[in-house]
Amino acid sequence: MSGDAALLRVRDLAVSFPPRGGHPAVRAVQDVSFELAAGQTLGLVGESGSGKTTTGRAILQLQPTTGGSVELLGRDLTAMRRGEVRAMRRHMQFVLQNPHSSLNPRMTVNRILTEPLAVHRPIPRAEFADRVAALLEMVGLDPSVRHRYPHEFSGGQRQRIVIARALAVNPAFVVCDEPVSALDVRTQAQIVELLRSLQDRLGLSYLFIAHDLAIVRRVAHRVAVMYGGRIVELGAAAQVYGSPAHPYTRALLDAVPVPDVASQRRKLRQDVPAPLFPPDRDPRQPCTFGEVHASTGTSHWHQVGCGHHVSCRFWPTE
Amino acid sequence: MTEPLLDVTGLTAEFVHRGETIPALNGIGFTVAAGEAVGFVGESGCGKSVMARAIMRLAPEGSSVRLGGAVRFQGTDLMALSEARMRDIRGSRIAMVFQDPMTSLNPVMTIGAQMADMIRRHTGFSARQARARVLELLDDVGIRDPQRRIDDHPHQFSGGMRQRVLIAIAVSCEPDLLIADEPTTALDVTVQAQILRLLMRLRERHGMALMLISHDFGVIAGMVERVNVMLGGEIVETGAVEQIFAAPAHAYTRALLDAVPRLDAEGRQA
Amino acid sequence: MSEIGLLPVDAPATAPRPTARRAGYWLIATGGVMLAVMLIVTAFGPFIAPYNPAAISPDSLAGISAQHWLGTDSIGRDVLSRLIIGGRTTLFITAIAVSLALMAGLVLGLLSGYMGGIVDQMVMRALDVVFAFPVFLLAIAVVAALGPTIPNLILTIAIVYTPILARVVRGPVLSVKRWDHVEAARSVGVSEVRLVVSHILPLVISPILVETSLTLANTIFTVTALSFLGLGPPPPDPNWGGMLAEARQFMELAPLTVIAPAAAIVFATLTFIVLANGLRDMLDVGGQR
Repeated sequence: MSGDAALLRVRDLAVSFPPRGGHPAVRAVQDVSFELAAGQTLGLVGESGSGKTTTGRAILQLQPTTGGSVELLGRDLTAMRRGEVRAMRRHMQFVLQNPHSSLNPRMTVNRILTEPLAVHRPIPRAEFADRVAALLEMVGLDPSVRHRYPHEFSGGQRQRIVIARALAVNPAFVVCDEPVSALDVRTQAQIVELLRSLQDRLGLSYLFIAHDLAIVRRVAHRVAVMYGGRIVELGAAAQVYGSPAHPYTRALLDAVPVPDVASQRRKLRQDVPAPLFPPDRDPRQPCTFGEVHASTGTSHWHQVGCGHHVSCRFWPTE
Repeated sequence: MTEPLLDVTGLTAEFVHRGETIPALNGIGFTVAAGEAVGFVGESGCGKSVMARAIMRLAPEGSSVRLGGAVRFQGTDLMALSEARMRDIRGSRIAMVFQDPMTSLNPVMTIGAQMADMIRRHTGFSARQARARVLELLDDVGIRDPQRRIDDHPHQFSGGMRQRVLIAIAVSCEPDLLIADEPTTALDVTVQAQILRLLMRLRERHGMALMLISHDFGVIAGMVERVNVMLGGEIVETGAVEQIFAAPAHAYTRALLDAVPRLDAEGRQA
Repeated sequence: MSEIGLLPVDAPATAPRPTARRAGYWLIATGGVMLAVMLIVTAFGPFIAPYNPAAISPDSLAGISAQHWLGTDSIGRDVLSRLIIGGRTTLFITAIAVSLALMAGLVLGLLSGYMGGIVDQMVMRALDVVFAFPVFLLAIAVVAALGPTIPNLILTIAIVYTPILARVVRGPVLSVKRWDHVEAARSVGVSEVRLVVSHILPLVISPILVETSLTLANTIFTVTALSFLGLGPPPPDPNWGGMLAEARQFMELAPLTVIAPAAAIVFATLTFIVLANGLRDMLDVGGQR
């Protein structure tokens, strides 16, 4: 990834939830840093509670951050006032997981797709109708459906409408938070293909958040693996999938059920105890890579390949 | 050939709603031999969950379902049994595990009390015997330190742990058939792998038959010997698991398999 | 393990139960007809009323006759005419007061529910203070302090009912604001005001409609009760509560002078209660999503 061409730069992003009702404060996201180049997809994978959704929302400034910076198109979103962030939303959009709840049930498709246009005014009002028709065609829907309500569509069609809404204002960057996990497998494949082809046509950048590693394989150029609120491994998709460096990444890849009878049977027969990933080791002790971070002051990131990094946190203690 | 454990013929189910009937199952037939594991795959709305409940003569909550056809279990037609006899069979001879481990447990009762209740209903154990059995079962399903966890409430358990508890309840009476309806869909992938391993181990140990219902071909692949592919309330293809994966005959099965994303697929270059 | 059969499975039914819905249609139709009768009589009152409601005649406390369908009161005024014109006053006060309470309740409830946190705390505590007093006692106190004029009466009733409506608005807003489509709209860049008006308000309107209808019923009752106690609009303009109060002493001589306004009050109150119940059944308030 060329640093100069980065469209999005996230540095040391942190999100904490304040203490509530006897529960202590939760550090949901810590030290999250990555860059995303124009026209590329970064897959953000992890299990529930890993902080991947919070990261996506924090980048979009839908969730207050407690530290770090988010630079989109060279401008720091975390330092902006509310109105400026709203204006920046023209360049960053959101596709949510559940197509059944992310569309306003009282609005027609036409109103849903016109709304972003009315907010940002990228084109004169007279051209809204043409734009709505073009958007519907772009996501593979017939423009004549514009007067219908969301409940008249299937899950896959609704997700197409959600995608059309996200693309209405020609954004450069889209956060897709589990965009296909609520859909059936054939619909999943169609939506994934749609997202890929739209990326190629429009030069979009995606932050593709998902728990399904197989789907991420299909869409991502680079992959970040999250665990316990931190990124533990980051690299090109081929590196992370082909030669995973972090034990957690390996455990995750290992656990994915594959549609292959022999290998799946073999996997289920192995009795692997659930590995434990301890949060932090004493920084005065040498880490897995033999570095004593307390004395060297170096980062927890270790390079294992060209553009392939792994954190020495959360390594199982033998 | 000996008689199968479960022999379903012409099973139909219709939802009755406002005087209208909406068909959910259109005459399903299949068999499960004793100790055999059979998978059921299909997309949402194909009727696989309705089928699982129909065998137990249960209806999805808040709906009324009219069932037809025959479900012969160990030689008895379940459709012809009285509700009281059916209750004896549910949980003791045929047990079920559902998708959502959050809602399947009573939030205000301890895990131990709920499990002991179930066990005593079907066995006539004393409270002490039941508690001992609960500890044994919790240990069996891989709950660490069962002595300490037995008096915890469900909210103190993670999703995976709750599913382990439900599996423990399901196998507590050593049923002959376990019906697992999307048992790992709500769980994380690493937890899913552990639960699948657990089901596999328990099945082999108790020699019980398993009906595994899932939308995920990967989950089905390692777990079962035979697969039924469902579409629109019907079984469109049935066969040995190897054959279904290697040479699917029905176009729908092929389409489903083609759509499954693969880890080893050619990815994109950064 | 039969309990497991009671577990919720798959998609929850979002549509209201059909029988409740059908009952709802009937109630709304009935309530609608009643409301129409009331509105027509009120709107065209001066043309319908056979006499000037203030016109005194020597024929006092008369019973039913061809001249006076509902008889006359103690100073010979036509009861029917006073009923028609008096209804205008009562319903006018009610309508304006409830509209004001609804507007205030909407603004406060939306603000409180949407903003949450300290704003919510402050608004709700302030409303709690009003809410803590019994409706009627508070109304008596305010009207007694400010004097029984129509504007005072309206203001008082509006203040008294604002907390109730604000609460009814706030509750569903608290949950709807967390729904995905609101987050989606925010991520598109929709402004906060628009978010509230077009993405939250339309989804919380059902319970508000029901509560407003109930408040109308309650308000009619409150207005007439205050008037009965002499805290209503000053004489000689007729109003239902005042009519009841005046007729009370002659109840045995001319029962109609009491029964007629009482029946009118019951009719008007019932209209809105029927409508509220119909709306509740049809919109399935409380069971959405």
